[in-house]
Amino acid sequence: MMNLSLSHFLILGALLFAISIVGIFLNRKNLIVLLMSIELMLLAVNMNFVAFSRYAQDLHGQLFVFFILAVAAAESAVGLAILALLFRNLRSIHVDDINRLKG
Amino acid sequence: MFENFVVPNLWPAAPEIFLLFMAGLILLVDLGARSPRRGATFLLTYATLALSALLTLWYAAKVLMPSAPDELARVVLTFHNMFIADLLGSFLKALVCLAVLTSLVYSRRYLEERDSIPRGEYCVLALFATLGMLVMISANHFLSLYLGLELLSLSLCALTALQRDNVAAGEAAMKYFVLGALASGMLLYGMSMIYGATGSLEITEVAEQARLMHRTRMDKTVLVFGLVFLVAGLAFKLGVVPFHMWLPDVYHGAPTSVTLLIAAAPKLAALAMMIRLLVGGLFTLSADWQSMLMLLAALSMGLGNFVAIAQRNIKRMLAWSAIAHMGFMLLGLASGAGRNSSRQTVLEAYTASLFYMVTYVLATLAIFGLILLLSRRGFESDELEDFRGLSQRSPWFAAMMLILMLSLAGIPFFVGFVAKFAVLEAVVFSGHYWLAVLAVFFSLVGAFFYLRVIWIMYFDKANENASPIEASFADKTLLSVNSVLVAAIGIFPQFLLGACGYVLARSF
Repeated sequence: MMNLSLSHFLILGALLFAISIVGIFLNRKNLIVLLMSIELMLLAVNMNFVAFSRYAQDLHGQLFVFFILAVAAAESAVGLAILALLFRNLRSIHVDDINRLKG
Repeated sequence: MFENFVVPNLWPAAPEIFLLFMAGLILLVDLGARSPRRGATFLLTYATLALSALLTLWYAAKVLMPSAPDELARVVLTFHNMFIADLLGSFLKALVCLAVLTSLVYSRRYLEERDSIPRGEYCVLALFATLGMLVMISANHFLSLYLGLELLSLSLCALTALQRDNVAAGEAAMKYFVLGALASGMLLYGMSMIYGATGSLEITEVAEQARLMHRTRMDKTVLVFGLVFLVAGLAFKLGVVPFHMWLPDVYHGAPTSVTLLIAAAPKLAALAMMIRLLVGGLFTLSADWQSMLMLLAALSMGLGNFVAIAQRNIKRMLAWSAIAHMGFMLLGLASGAGRNSSRQTVLEAYTASLFYMVTYVLATLAIFGLILLLSRRGFESDELEDFRGLSQRSPWFAAMMLILMLSLAGIPFFVGFVAKFAVLEAVVFSGHYWLAVLAVFFSLVGAFFYLRVIWIMYFDKANENASPIEASFADKTLLSVNSVLVAAIGIFPQFLLGACGYVLARSF
């Protein structure tokens, strides 16, 4: 079996982070995908924290992860509430329809 | 299991604890309130904010102030070093409380005239946002910093979307939410890298480890990699180019009272966060972050001042002006440690930044307050057109706007000039002459759109059917005091400059 080193986890974290950034900026279709990208970004950070915490034998990093998870839940609550509000007003959740403010 | 649990020293966090308690209490009081005006809720909110400011100042005066004149102030750490109380933090916390208080007083009538904004929730969310700012300002740990930041941005997001039938506000809230979350993600990614490099989440401990790494000439690549993400996250929160996309849309789309809340106090908290992380935490890497900040500053001054000229909406214009001002403020932080710098010159550069930020927030409060007082039911008064001939309709409002515009433009004898001059002095002293020349050039460009507002007010004809301007005596007094304060600091800047210098010199 292959031995997993710290850098494997960091590369995984970086890949997840990059995917989420691409998801935010290249996504032209659906706002839900945008919210999913944000969640993915926080999970990528969690991966980093857990990996560092495990390899440095320091529990603070894992503790931080719990708080990030809790904040992520609060964040999706606010995000979905705003999404529901937008849908009620616009009858659409397409990213391209959110274009009232420009300049 | 709990035998070695010690109750932490709660006094340094007294303002935060009080604010949290009162926010919960006001939520309950508001539940039983019958009158749609919500007088009791507002009064309690004002009292809470004023008392929090007083508590902060009382603690600073009683415990933190040094007894001898040339002694460093006491720094109190509590909650397992997660919470720091120092003079800089107390100064900024008191200012934040007062700024939110002023914002809410200005917003009162605006909110009463718009039935679709729930007033009780508005007050409570504003209080929670203030709590977030206070926690951010006194954070000495990545965790408390992050939690404060999220409390602030989520409350402000909810506030932006609070007017449910306003499509533009919903859109602004969505943009604010997505880009705010992106910024937090960046910041967290940077924090995770710094945690990996230093093995600690405590800012003072991170500073210690970074110094050690510097002395032993260890490889700092991971640390610098984390720093890049950290600076990007901070730049998002501050709204400087190229991370400024959310700012104009949010300022424009949000109800004006919420724009005021977003535009004024959080800037102080963002500066505190920046000073805590970059100066307090990673000063060893100052050469790296200074060049990043210089680039950000030059880009935002350039783009902000040029794009502001093209705006027809005054809130959007002020958003671009905010981008430009934040760029200018960053110059001070960026030129701290330079070619021939001592502790004194570094402190002077940061003092210039702090002074710039405080005066900017004061002027912003008054400008948005003025826009709020000019608006009516169903009329936002946020287009440049709406200011046409203001001097004929109300010479007094026009005079206040004149002071504020001249201050922001940085005309001599007004406060903007003093602030810009202090920052430029620091830049020149650190030896970045090209940056100083660039800053002066962009400021001259920027003066154009402030002066255009004055031109519109004084030399254009007023609309025949413009509604009469009426504001209550209390609102007018507050706005006068605020504007006159801006003018007075312009003429006697030494008091505020001295205070900024004092808190910085005694905190670091």
